[in-house]
Parts: sequence; structure tokens; C-alpha cells
Amino acid sequence: MWSVIKGLWVVFLHMFERRATIQYPEEKVALPPRYRARIILSRDPDGGERCVACYLCAVVCPVACIALQAAEDEHGRRYPEFFRINFSRCIFCGFCEDACPTYAIQLTPDFEMAEYRRPNLVYEKEHLLIAGQGKYHGYNYYKVAGVAIGGKAKGEAEREAPPADVRTLLP
Amino acid sequence: MATIFIDQRSYDVPDGMNLLDASLTLGFNLPYFCWHPALGSVGACRQCAVKQFRDEKDMRGRLVMACMTAAAPNTRISIDDPDAREFRKSVGEWLMVHHPHDCPVCDEGGECHLQDMEVMDQQTYRRYRGLKRTFRNQDLGPFVNHEMNRCIQCYRCVRFYRDYAGGRDFDAFFLRDRVFFGRQSDGVLESPFSGNLVEVCPTGVFTDKTLKLHFTRKWDERTAPSICVHCAAGCNTIAGERYGLLRRIRNRFNGEVNGYFLCDRGRYGYEFVNGPRRVRAPRIAGRADAAAPSDAVARAASPLAGGSGAIGIGSPRASLEANFALRALVGPDRFCSGMGAAEHRLVSEVLRLLQEGPAPAASLHDAAQADAVLVLGEDVTNTAPMLALALRQSVRQQPMKAAAALRIPAWDDTAVRNALQDERGPLYIATVAATPLDDVAAATMHAAPDDLARIGCAIAHALDQAAPSPRGALAADAALVGRIAGALRAAERPLVVAGVSLASQAVLDAAARVAHALHAAGRPVRIALVVPECNSLGAAMLGGCDLDDATALLWPGSPLIVLENDLPRRCGADRAARLFERAGELVVVDHTLTPTAERATIVLPAATFAEGDGTYVNGEGRAQRAFQVFVAGGDVQESWRWLRDLMRASGRGGAAAAWETLDDVTGALARELPAFAAVRDVAPPATFRIAGTRIAREPARYSGRTARDANVTVHEPEPPGDPDSALSFTMEGFQAQPPPAQPPSALIPRFWAPGWNSVQSVNYYQTVVGGPLRGGDPGLRLIEPAAPGAPAAAGRAPSAFEPDDRDWLCVPMYEIFGSEELSALAPSVAALAPRAYVALNDGDLHRAGLREGGDAVVASADGTCRLQVRRVASLPPGVAGIGVGLQGAPWMRLPDRARIHPAERDR
Amino acid sequence: MSPSLYAIVILIVILVVLLTVAALLVWFERRLLGLWQDRYGPNRVGPFGIFQTVADTIKLLTKEDWIPPFADRPVFVIAPAIVMVTVLLAFGVVPFAPTVQVADLNIGLLFFLGMSSLGVYSVTLAGWSSDNKYALVGSLRAAAQMLAYEVFMGLSLMGVVMLAGSFSLRAIVEAQRGLWYCVPQLLGLIVFANAGIAETRRLPFDLPEAESEIVAGYHSEYSGMKFGMFFIGEYLGITLISAMAVTLFFGGWLGPWLPPVVWFALKTLILVCGFILLRATLPRPRFDQLMAYGWKVMLPLALLNLAVTGAIVTARA
Repeated sequence: MWSVIKGLWVVFLHMFERRATIQYPEEKVALPPRYRARIILSRDPDGGERCVACYLCAVVCPVACIALQAAEDEHGRRYPEFFRINFSRCIFCGFCEDACPTYAIQLTPDFEMAEYRRPNLVYEKEHLLIAGQGKYHGYNYYKVAGVAIGGKAKGEAEREAPPADVRTLLP
Repeated sequence: MATIFIDQRSYDVPDGMNLLDASLTLGFNLPYFCWHPALGSVGACRQCAVKQFRDEKDMRGRLVMACMTAAAPNTRISIDDPDAREFRKSVGEWLMVHHPHDCPVCDEGGECHLQDMEVMDQQTYRRYRGLKRTFRNQDLGPFVNHEMNRCIQCYRCVRFYRDYAGGRDFDAFFLRDRVFFGRQSDGVLESPFSGNLVEVCPTGVFTDKTLKLHFTRKWDERTAPSICVHCAAGCNTIAGERYGLLRRIRNRFNGEVNGYFLCDRGRYGYEFVNGPRRVRAPRIAGRADAAAPSDAVARAASPLAGGSGAIGIGSPRASLEANFALRALVGPDRFCSGMGAAEHRLVSEVLRLLQEGPAPAASLHDAAQADAVLVLGEDVTNTAPMLALALRQSVRQQPMKAAAALRIPAWDDTAVRNALQDERGPLYIATVAATPLDDVAAATMHAAPDDLARIGCAIAHALDQAAPSPRGALAADAALVGRIAGALRAAERPLVVAGVSLASQAVLDAAARVAHALHAAGRPVRIALVVPECNSLGAAMLGGCDLDDATALLWPGSPLIVLENDLPRRCGADRAARLFERAGELVVVDHTLTPTAERATIVLPAATFAEGDGTYVNGEGRAQRAFQVFVAGGDVQESWRWLRDLMRASGRGGAAAAWETLDDVTGALARELPAFAAVRDVAPPATFRIAGTRIAREPARYSGRTARDANVTVHEPEPPGDPDSALSFTMEGFQAQPPPAQPPSALIPRFWAPGWNSVQSVNYYQTVVGGPLRGGDPGLRLIEPAAPGAPAAAGRAPSAFEPDDRDWLCVPMYEIFGSEELSALAPSVAALAPRAYVALNDGDLHRAGLREGGDAVVASADGTCRLQVRRVASLPPGVAGIGVGLQGAPWMRLPDRARIHPAERDR
Repeated sequence: MSPSLYAIVILIVILVVLLTVAALLVWFERRLLGLWQDRYGPNRVGPFGIFQTVADTIKLLTKEDWIPPFADRPVFVIAPAIVMVTVLLAFGVVPFAPTVQVADLNIGLLFFLGMSSLGVYSVTLAGWSSDNKYALVGSLRAAAQMLAYEVFMGLSLMGVVMLAGSFSLRAIVEAQRGLWYCVPQLLGLIVFANAGIAETRRLPFDLPEAESEIVAGYHSEYSGMKFGMFFIGEYLGITLISAMAVTLFFGGWLGPWLPPVVWFALKTLILVCGFILLRATLPRPRFDQLMAYGWKVMLPLALLNLAVTGAIVTARA
């Protein structure tokens, strides 16, 4: 019973404390860079699209709001032919970013994306793709992958031996 | 039965298994790479290590390879043993040493056996920091993509390609960690079974090149159990769709039919479904834009309503339901099977032989088990490719007895092959020209069709003196005939293979005589008769007349309804044109804009095998159901629904006009024609439910449901219902899994098991590994020979073929890629299809003044045509082979006599 | 002004004021909770967010007023009205000021007890007619809780009645001119306060709607203005209990300088703030704890209070 009264008194005293609320539209929040809001597609250090259309973000998405189609350019580089996120379904869980093997898909702190019409919340690749690398700098998937693309032949990736000569007589 | 102990619990397993077979059969998760249920064990990868104990007192045990150890009675092993786990994990680690960081861009990702096994080994982290070895890839043609960096050297590709499928142009090169699997140089893989490398390879070295053009992951494909429509073998397939595009065809295990493999025509022919020649909306001649379905149906039905003169031309490539609906619309008397006169007669003859016996039809499984085979007149590699693959296995049956005598278990592949060396069982091939199967034949004979029939008769006579003996000289020597007869008589499971491809009644008769003679000799003979198309036998079973009769039956001006058929391919452009001119309204129900459809006054867009359900009867008489994979856009619907709509609009068809679902159609078919009584039971009805729900076509991992259509509408559209089958079009419903959740085998939309995302998961769906699916393999045989079997055909053997001085006897020759109508529309298959050709042997080339590669003019009663000249040394003199169905080849009646001379330019 | 016209005017004024106060209380409570929890509460609609309730009402009115197909329709519709009606009727006997009272019944206190205990029908019927297991559990809890706490609510007030010698509320107020009964009847006040909180189903005794376990309990299935009536009923209930406490223990309208109505309103407001402070502070007990507390602590206390008061009154007489 004493604890009840003490509790009431403590709560009562909070009347004189500072309020923690930030008056949002007038005051802005300082969000950490890893805040999970608007999703973007980034580019690698050379300016190429990082997304290789592996479908992992789509499959991990718990609300299935990512749809894409893989395609391959003439140099053997995979890219998404289209990449669509339905933000009216997105729950900003960040699983897509976790799943992405190339750092292509990233969540950014920009959360001010409300719309009056739901179709405006459907973002296509041109709305998602940014010019820079986003949060993760310096990573270029094709520099560590084994496939050959234009400008990087077999054996030219990081920690790769030159292609084996299968016709040599030496062991 | 043998009792073995796994982790101290006892299990009963069938005799003759190895421990890996047994463990997988019992449902244990035991990783492996080099073993394959169809290829046996070689013990190369060391991945399936388990600990074996001498007896119950033995606590230390020793590591053994499960795939190389027999599951003998009282074998005690531990799969869970820490040492065994550690060993397997270390194998997993060293396999990953050079494996590239490719999974995101690798088409195998998500259905990769290597991924599955690494997860099973709990090998999650790569410690290796050195340089990875790399390889240059090869261009292996339009079917298979090569990415050698990913190879883990399990040797399954070589073992399949060379040992199982008999390919010669692919091998392992070099040594050490640089073992390279590929061809000597870039080039198209020659084996028509090369596509199986995609499924045999445990990782992404070999991937489907056509899938790469519209890549989608396994988990994103909406799949349904389907049937290949590109030949009469009736292989079971899994067809996968995404975004309204058919993405690929995979093998669907059926122990009685195709087993683990498909031919490349079946695997890659699917692209016709996505092709630019598809009809997606009704067309009315003279109108530029697409017509409304109701308009088109009303317009097509109006001439039907009055008189009864309409003729319906069915099709051997359309489903039973479609043909039966057409039959109901026009009446049985005015229904045509859609086959040309010769083809109709021969397929009907095949049907009669199978129905009357005495030899029952052989399934592909039976063919692979046969221990003596006579192939008469049929180039099976090109007319029924999977039968050729089965016959390649049959030559191992006889020598395997020797291996068994040496107490070598059948699964011990290296030991078996070492013991057998080049020993091959009796496979005798008598064809017009050399075939790709000749390399495994004990002896081959090449002769004109009538001479082949004479050889057959001679063999029959040698087996049974009651059979007529051919007079005069034979094209093969008498000793060989005697040897063949002896081999067939000595065999436990003799098989006779023939077919209608040569369009020769005599060859068919001769094959029947051999079967009859063997039967009379008390041998359990089976017969495999190759028919041309996926539903040839079904169309023949429905009765009806041939195209010549249909032409005669057609009253001038009365309507002609053509179902999924291109008549110029069947009877030539001139005859077809005459038929079209004679008809009033030409209504074509087809999925592709064929030349016939282009001539039509009304075209109604039909569903392909992937867009509608249908039942097909394969060459064995096995009825199998292909299920709709996706709802095609536009006004596309199943042919039988269009025909039903025509019945409704014209007031014809009686009760058939009330059909609503596929089960209504199959029910009516089963009631009306006793031969089809079993057709309803081919697959469970649409009302079938598991745990109260349908079976889901989409996997549980299907992605993008709320974004797929968001560019069109954010209000996710209601998914289509399926009145025709117990499958649902969405992921809602029952997710097929191995027991206790295994659906009936005809309704398995894809193979997946917990922890097994690759095709290897099929192990858990089988009663025993490599055996039939639980609940029986899908499909029902509609034809069993009547006992005691019809008497042998009367009559004499044909007289010997006499080469003519001026004319050549033109016989049909077939190409696996190009001869079949639908697959030839697929770009990858078309890329390998040869130009229309005429083939002659060296002497005849010289005689006609032709040179190889030049052009020749072939003049027959059906007109003249210009064809490329091909040299086929094995053709008998006086016989010319004409490539059938190829691009640019005009129809000609075959066999027929024709003059051949160089084209103007070459003179 | 004729007495009857005056009575009608008073009635209408009281009704309007009560409903306005109840509506404002919603906003007031949220603001006060915000204050005690270091935040703002509704501050966007109108000055200080005072029109928040208007916005909420518009929302409730325009919402789909949905009746579940499995519900017992008539009962489902009537249930929320009962709580409103009984509470408003109970206000009829409350003396806001010497001249501001709808009816000065000589059994005013008994009328109040009767009306306030009828309120439980609303909750019980709502839960029953919803045909939903959570709603039914909520309504069963409400019934059991009411049964327990109603007993000593009445008993706790008997001390006041003994001291004042009347059931008339006006007489009770007048009897407190010298000393407010909160001093001699402190025990009675404590018991009454506990019973009052339980009676209004407010935290910490809001087990009938315990949203964390039975999903809003008896009003799970209610939406739109039917839900709004439960909502307003709750705030009217708070006001009623506070007003009764003021009348019975804090001298009603009595007080120097200011007009009697203002005194009454001020005292009531302070008690209402007490209700809100309780909600801001206390967690919800388990139901068995609630029942044990009622039967094993409060009832004996009420009886003790009654016995002691009786003894003293007898002795003084």
C-alpha cells in the first residue's frame, strides 16, 4: 500500500518535469544513419548498378512487396529489368537490406513519404535508384564474384588465380 | 528385407541397397554429391561419410562412405556421430575452397544441391583466404550455359553424359584441382540429352540457357504437373511460370515413363508458349483489330446452327478433352482425327496391335529393363528421344547378370563398369540409315523399308516356323538373323521396337510378327510402337475419319472447324487449300497462328498445355493429365471451352453444351466411350482436397505478391479460381511435401523437401530411392492387350526393294530438333534445326550429279521442291531421305518415288 | 419563473453541462496523462487540442456502425444505452448547489446506489450479446466485480448516513457544515473510493476490458457511436463517483467566498484528477487479487467502520 502511495507521488511529481516530446512537423528529428525508412537502390564505386537481381530481397520480404525481373546486359552483367517496391505494403523491417548480397538495397532515414493516393506509393526502379553508394562505401560485388563481365575477365577478380590452362602438359 | 541399425534404432530396408540409398529411403538427411539414384555410386566426393560399427559392443567404429557400403543385414551405423559430422563438414569446407562468390548471379541459387549440402553440413564460413582457381567457360550451344568456376569435381556430368546418355563430345580434362568438364573446344553439345546436365550438376556449372533469358528463381515459379507435348513418349514435366511467361520445363519424376531425365526437345521446346506467333484474342478475317469473344463465337456458330454439314478436324497434338468436345459438336460421323490418310491408318494399326496383343505395350521403364531389343525401322533418337535413352540402358541388362554373378552390387557403378568393360547386351537396329543409337547396338542393318520388313519377317520365321518366310535374298545375312532370333528367344524380357515414322505398314506388320512369334515361343515379349505426336493414340482411340475422308465428307459451303491443327503439314498445301476453298466458314481453334489459322475466317485463341488442363495418351497407351500452370492473358481459354461455347451458341451438342468443368468432359468421355472408362481416374477430381484445401501451385516462398501488379493497380486483384483441378493458382493451400504431407502423385506441382531445395528432393517422394513415387507413378494405362491375343497377321512378306534407275524412293527422315511442329517454334530449338534437306548416299549423290551442301530439286507426284543436299553414307542405294517437318520443307507424300536432280544454280 | 419550468431548465442545463464535461474529460484525461508522463497529449486540434474530442466524435459518428452477424441484435443495441441512462439518472439526485438539483429525494443515497448498480447490466449484456469469448469473459468479470464491490460500497456509506441521520443528499451536505465527513469517516471514504473505482471499471480495476489479455473485453465488438456511448458512460461514471464523494465526504457545495456550484465543481475536478493519477500510476492486478482485495480487505474494513461509527453514534446518543 505504501508503494502505491509512493508511486502516485512520484507520478504526480512528473508534472514538473520537462516534456520529452519533439513537436515533429515544426521540430525535426535527428535520425541515426541506419534508421529504417525509404528504400533506395545504390550504385557501386564505379557507378554501375549494384543490384544483380538475385531475388533475395523479394523472397525475404515478409509482406512480399518487392517484385523484380532479372535481365543480363551484353557484357554478362545482371541487372533488374524492372524493380518495384509497393511502399503501401512495406513494413520497413529491413530484411531486404539484410538479405542483399551486394549492398544494393538500403534503407535510409527519409521517412517523409506519405501520399494521398496509394498508387503514388508504388516506386519503380527510376524512383529507387540513387547516384551514390549509400551507407556502404567501396564494395563492388563483381570484383569478388567469379563470373566474367565486360571489363573483368576470368581470373581478374580479387584473390583469383589466372584461368587454368587445361591443355598444358605440366601437372 | 535387411535389418540395419542407424543411430541405435533398427530399420528394415530392401535387399541390395547401399547405406546411402537406405538412409535416404528412411528419410534421413545424409549429404552427398557424386551419387545419383540413376547413376549409382562411385565414392568420389567423400561427402556421405557415416560411422560403421562392427557390432553392438563396438564403440569406436570407423568412417565409411555410405554410398559404397552395402546395407547388409545387421549393419550398424551412425549418421549423427560427431566424427562423421566433422568429417562431412570438412569435406563441405574443402569443396568450397574454390567455389566462387557467385550465388546471387547464379541461376542455380535457391535450388542448388551444393547450397543444401553446405547448410546440412553446417559449413557456413569460408576460412580459405588464398587464390581461387578459375577456368574459361565454353559456349555449349543454345541449351546449356557453362560456368566452370563453380565446379566441385563430382563427375556427375561426365558420368551422365558419357556413361548414361552415350555422348562422346564431353569429358573431364586435365588433373588435380584443375579438372575441367567440357568439350574439346567450344561448340554445341551433340547429345540430345544435354539439358539434363542442368539437373544432374549439383551446382551451377551447367544451367538452363533459355531460363537465363527470363530468369526467375525456383521459389518464384508457379508450377503445375505437366506432360511434354513434343513427342509421344509422354514424359512428365514440371512447367514453371512467372508474370504470365512460361519460364522453363523441369523433369517430373515418373518411374514408369521418363524417370529422372528429359530430352532437349522436351526441355526447351516450351518457348512456343511465349512466342510471337501466339493467338491471344479472337480474330475475324477482314477485321484489323481483335474481335470480342462473344462476337467471334456467335459468328462461328451461326452457320453451325442450321445444317449438319459441319466437319470437325481434330488433332493428335490436342488434348483428349478438346478432341472429344469437337466430336460432340460435329457428331461422331463428321469428326476427323486430324491425321493424314497414311498416318491415320498406321496409328490405328498401332492401336489395334496394342489392343489385340498379344504383346503388351512397353513403358520407357520396361524398355530400359529389356535385355534383348530389336528396333525395326525406327530412328528412336529422333522420333521418341527418351526411348533411345531407355534403350541405351537396356544394353546393360544382359551384362549386369555377369556383374551380379561376380557379386558386384548393381549400384557400385565403377566396379560394374570395370567388370563389364564394353560388354553390351543384344540391341539390334534395323533402320533405313544409321541412327545415333547405333553405337551401342550389337549389330545394325540399313535397308529400304520393305527390306526392313523382310528382315523382320525372317526373324519372326526363325522364331516361329509358322510365320511366313520372305522369298529371295535378304538385306541382312542369315547368320545375323539367326543370332537376333536366338538373342530374343533367350532373353528374359525381350522387346520389339517399331513405329509409324517410315509410314510403312509392312514394317509394322513385321514387328507385330516378331512379337507374335516370341509370344508363341512363350517369351514375355513387350512391344514399343512409336507414334508421332503427344496424343496420336488418343486421337485414334476417339475414332473418326482421316483427312482424305473428311475432304470427301465436306459438303461445299458447309463450315469446317479445325482444332489445333495445321492441315498443310498433314496433307500438303494444295490439298489443304482445296479443302479450305470448299468449306464455307473456316473456324480454327488454335494457340498458334499456323498457316491454317491464317486462312481461317475465325480464329479462336486456345490454351497451350501450360494454360489449360488436358489429358494426353502417350504411345504406351498411358493417359496422363497435364495441369494448367497459369491463366493466360487475353481471351485465351481451353479448346474444349471454345467448342462448348460454339455448342451453346448453335444449339448443338446436346448435353455436352452444359459442360462447365474438365471433370464434366472427362466424365462424359468415360461414359460415352468404354475405352476411356479409366480416364476420370487419371488424376483426382477438382473436388479433391487435402486437409480441406487445394494444393498450391505457388511455393510457400513465392515473392512479390503485393507488388507484382502494383504498377497496374494497388488493389491486389482477386486470384483466379480453378474449377478444373484440385490445384489453386496462389500459394494459399496445401504445400506439397514428402510424407506425411505428400499429395497424390498426379498432383505434385513441384518437388521440395525440408532442407532439400534442389531436384534431389525427389528421393523423399519415392517408396524407395529410385523407385516409384508413393501412391504409384502417375498416369493410367488405357490399353492392355486382350487375352489370349489375336492370331498372327496373315499374308506374305513384301517383296524386296528394287532400286530404280531414274527415280529414288523417298523415305521420311526425322530430326529431334525441327521435325516437331511446336518445339520448332522455340528459338533455342529452331537454332539447332537443320534446313529442309534431301539425303543420299555417296553413290547416289554421284549418280544424280549432286554435291553435299548444294541444292537439289525433288520432283514427285506432289510437286517439286528445292532442298539442301545432305550426304548420308548409310542410306541404301536408290533410297533418298527427306527431312520431315523442317522449316522450308513443303509437304510431300512419303514414302514416294521422286526424281532428284541438281537445282539450276548448281548445274 | 415557475418551479416546474425552473426544474426543466435546471435539468437541461445539467444534462448539457454533464455531457460537455464528460466529453472534455476525455481530452482532459489525455492531457493530464501526458503531463504526468512527460509528454503533451492531444495538442493539435484547436487551442491546446481542446477540440480533440470533437474530432474524435466526428470520427466515431462517421465510422461504420457495424453489428456482428452473430450478435444478439436488440440486446447488442440496447446495452450501451443502459450505461448512459443509469448514470445520467443517478445524477438526478446529486445536489450541485442548494438550488441546483433535479430532485431532492429523501432516499437520494439509495437511489444513487440503485442506479449505479444497474450499470453493470450494460456491461454484462454487451458482453453476452457480442457472442465472443473475450467479450463474455469481460462481462463475467464485470458482473463478479460489481457483486463484490457493490456490497461494501453501500456499507461504507452507512457511516455517513448514521452521522447525518438522513438518506437525503442535501441533508447530508448540510450536516457537514461543521466538519466534512472525510475526517470522521476516513475509513468509509477509503472504502468508498476503492469501490467507486471498481464501480466505474477504471484502472487499476478495469479487468472487464483488460485489452492486453481479453482484447477490450465486453466492448470488443463495438464500433462507431455505440462504442462512443460506453466511452462517454465511463467518463460520466467518473464524474458521478467524484461528485458523490464530494457530496458525502467533502462537504458538497460548502465553502467560503465562492459560489456553491463553483466549490462543488472544483472539489469534483480535484477528485477526477485523482482518478486520472491512479490510471497514470498503477498497474492492473490479477482478477483473483482483485476479488481477494474486495472480499478480504475492503469488506472487513467497511464492516469495522460501520461497527465503530455505530458504537460512537450510539454512545453519543
